[in-house]
This record gives sequence, structure tokens and C-alpha cells, in this order.
Amino acid sequence: MKIMNCPLNGPRNISEFVYGGEVKTMPNALTCSDKEWAEYVFYSENTVRVVTEWWFHSPSGYWFIAERHTASDEILKTYDPSELFNKRVEFESAPASVEEKPV
Amino acid sequence: MPFSLLKYGLKNDYPFENDADLPLPTELKQHYDVVIIGGGGHGVATAYYLAKYHGITNIAILEKGYLGGGNTARNTAVIRSNYLTSEGVKFYKESVDMFQGLSNEFDFNIMYSSRGQLTLAHTDSTVRSFRQRTEVNTHFGGNTELIDPQQIKELVPTLNMNPADMPILAGLWHIDGATARHDAVAWGYAKGATQRGVELHQLTEVTDVIVENGKAKGVKTNRGTVTCGCIVQAVAGHSSIVAAMAGIKMPITTYPLQAMVTQPVKPFLDPLVSSSALHCYVQQTGRGEIVFGGGSDPYPLYNTRSTLDLKESLMASAVEMFPFMANLKLMRQWAGITDMTSDYSPIMGLSPVENYYLDAGWGTWGFKSTPICGKSMAELVASGGKVPELIAPFSMDRFDVFRQVNEMGATAASH
Repeated sequence: MKIMNCPLNGPRNISEFVYGGEVKTMPNALTCSDKEWAEYVFYSENTVRVVTEWWFHSPSGYWFIAERHTASDEILKTYDPSELFNKRVEFESAPASVEEKPV
Repeated sequence: MPFSLLKYGLKNDYPFENDADLPLPTELKQHYDVVIIGGGGHGVATAYYLAKYHGITNIAILEKGYLGGGNTARNTAVIRSNYLTSEGVKFYKESVDMFQGLSNEFDFNIMYSSRGQLTLAHTDSTVRSFRQRTEVNTHFGGNTELIDPQQIKELVPTLNMNPADMPILAGLWHIDGATARHDAVAWGYAKGATQRGVELHQLTEVTDVIVENGKAKGVKTNRGTVTCGCIVQAVAGHSSIVAAMAGIKMPITTYPLQAMVTQPVKPFLDPLVSSSALHCYVQQTGRGEIVFGGGSDPYPLYNTRSTLDLKESLMASAVEMFPFMANLKLMRQWAGITDMTSDYSPIMGLSPVENYYLDAGWGTWGFKSTPICGKSMAELVASGGKVPELIAPFSMDRFDVFRQVNEMGATAASH
């Protein structure tokens, strides 16, 4: 059985973890185009090298980041997301809603 | 035969070239009208239909390994059209029809065997979705019925009607469901294509795609550079990697899919049986072996390695369905690499690069579409980029306009 090192719980069985996709930069949903949003949601690098991915430890409900090689399946590093996301993100407020015109 | 054995048995110059199905390897030419990357079922089928229907024969199929050695040889050879969406059913129905005539067309036996495919429902919601699939399939001319447990029992007497304490409520009985020898399909197409002048270059790996001003101009290979009029990419399992050479990013994630086969036993199972809740499908081959497989691996990987946990759960499900299988021994196991799209439908058609056509995203549903995909891709190439109506819903830009063709329910667990 393959073992993954959870930054919170230590080495655990891989079956306890859920894959959460590549770490990507989220475009601003309020200002980006449909194409940019589609690219963020559906498209991925999907390549053969060491990739940075989201993983989830299901029993403890904990998201973290892993660096894994997509051909050898070697997990090189796992760490808490605060290492990458260490700045507070201010979400912009939604633009004023467009008034619906009666048809 | 016995005389030719005597005649050639002691001689060194047995003229095998005359009998060989495929011509001997030649040097790569400088230029081809069409370069097809990938010598699997889809690639050779595209070349075959280009040569047969459109008179285009200056074609090179470039294959990194050997003919049909990738996912063409790794799938579990299921042919069916009982999908959910109109777009999907129309497309796969055409494929089933074409499969039925392939042996005659090739004059080469692809061992097409129309057995019927039975998908089991264990919940009320699955029964509801089966009703919908029955209607959609029947509407487009397929033979599909919803059958009750009594009929299932008569059809498959060895089946456990209460697998894993999930009683079987109904079955989606797809009478058109079939199987065929997957290698033979690739061989038949390759034979027909090369006889018409198409060149198949095995052990020829594309290392780069030459794109100038947004137009595909040629490819670099381990055997030299080739220029071409257009390129068709048909590399299941490596779609994202090859497309990246042409600068194209794809909406694909690549997962391994594992399957295995037992020792041969006497014939006991006519239809192909799959369970929607146990994520397992079982069929008996013409040789008596039982092939079974399930869903893809839980996380992406470009590797055909085997994992014990997936094998274990798959075997547990198979034994639940057919308890006597617990006494059988496994003969072989393998994995294929599947390019999954988020809507479980393929990607066919144009790409952001001019003259570069995509045949990708074939996840776990590639083999069953080989004939119709080859025919449609040939039409697309021959018309210089006019997308045939049948494959228009499967263009890559459907993701950009959020117009997916959702086949998840009809695909994920029951291939």
C-alpha cells in the first residue's frame, strides 16, 4: 500500500486521500472573460514532471499541497497551504447588479 | 501448405514479404499530404477512410511503438451505443453499425461477436436513468430494453442477484452490445490502408511539431524532419503531451485504468455484464477467459503500474457478482492510460492551430468508436477543416462556451 505523508497527521495510507487538482492561479471571477474562467476550470497542464497539486485528507477534512512526479508517482514533498498562500486575499465586492428590464 | 513447407523448409529465402499483411519499412519521405501521429486504431482508421473514400494516399502514420500497441491493445473491447445524450448515442450507434460490417469489408476476421450488454441497477435513481437511456437509444434506432430481475436471472443464471447486499432492481439490456478482437481491428485497418498506398512508420517518435504563424507545417521525428499539409493527432494516453508540442493546452486529465483476466473456463457468460454500483464489468472472451475491469485510478498518473488496493476492490466486486469466480486464478493484469475529459465525451475536430486536427480525450470509450471516429476524422481532413455534423458537438471549444456533452452517468463505471 502506498503511503502519503500528511502535513497534519503524518504518514497515512494513500486511500485516505483525495486528489484535488493542479494548483492554479484563480482569475478574478468578476472581471475575467468566459474563456479565462473555462481555462481555469477545465484546462490543465497535465504533463509529465513534478507537479504541485491539491490533496485532501478525507478523515480529518484537511487540504494541503503535495509535489508529486506524474510518471514515477513519487511524492517528493507535502506541506500546509499556508506556505504558498501566506497573504490575506481581499475579495472585491460584486459589481452592482444590472437591473432586469421587463420583456 | 504441406508442399510449401517441404519446398521452403530447407531454403533460406522464404518469400515472406509476399504474404506479409503489412509492407516492409521504408525511408521517411520529405513531405506528406497528411501526417497522422499515432498508429493505433483511430490513426489507422482515419488513414484507411482517407484513402478509401477521399483518394488521399500520400499519408504517413507515425507510431512511437508498434501498430495498435497502446490503448488499442489495452481496452476491454466493449462495443455499445447505450449512452445518455442524443449527441453521444447518434455517434456511437453509427459506430456499432460499422463494426458489424468490418470483417467483410477487410476480408479479415475481427471476431465481432454480438452478445448483448447488460448493465445492472441497484437503486431507484439508476432505474430512472436507465429508462431515459432506453428511450434515447431506441429513438436513434438502437436495440435497448429495460428488463426485470426475473429476465436477468434467465439471461445470466450464474449472476448473484444480491451482490454486496445491493439487490438488483432492473437491467439495461442493450441487445446491440458486442465485443471484437481489438488488435484485429487495428490490423484490418492498417492492412487496408497500406494496400492503398498509406505508409505506416512504426518505431517513429514525433519529438516536436513545427508550427509557423499559427499553421502546422510538419513534425520532427527521431528519424528526421517531415513537412506536411496537415496533421492529425490520435495519441490516446498522451494527448496533452503531444498537443503541448504544438502549443495547445487541453481540457484533459490523464488517469491509469486497470483491468485483468482469469484463466479460461467453460462458456458460462454470454452477455457483457456490468454493475453501476459495484463499478465493475465482467465478460467472458471467446477463449473462455473472464475479463474484468472497473473505474479509473483515483488520481492522475502517466504510468501503467499495478496497485494492490485497486485490484483487490475490483476482484471483490467481481466475486460479489459471480461468486464462483473466487476459485479462479488470475492470468494477467494490465493498465492503460486514459485521457479523461470532465464531461466524459471525446474531443474531435479543429484546434487553435490551423491544419492541426485533434482526435483526443478518448478516456475509457475509445475502442468502441474506432470506425466512426476514423470516418469522421477523414471527412474533416479531406474537406480541409469543415467539421462533419456528427462530431460538431465534440469540438474542444465546447468547454469555452460551457456546452459540455455529459456522458458521466453512462460511462464512469460501465464501459
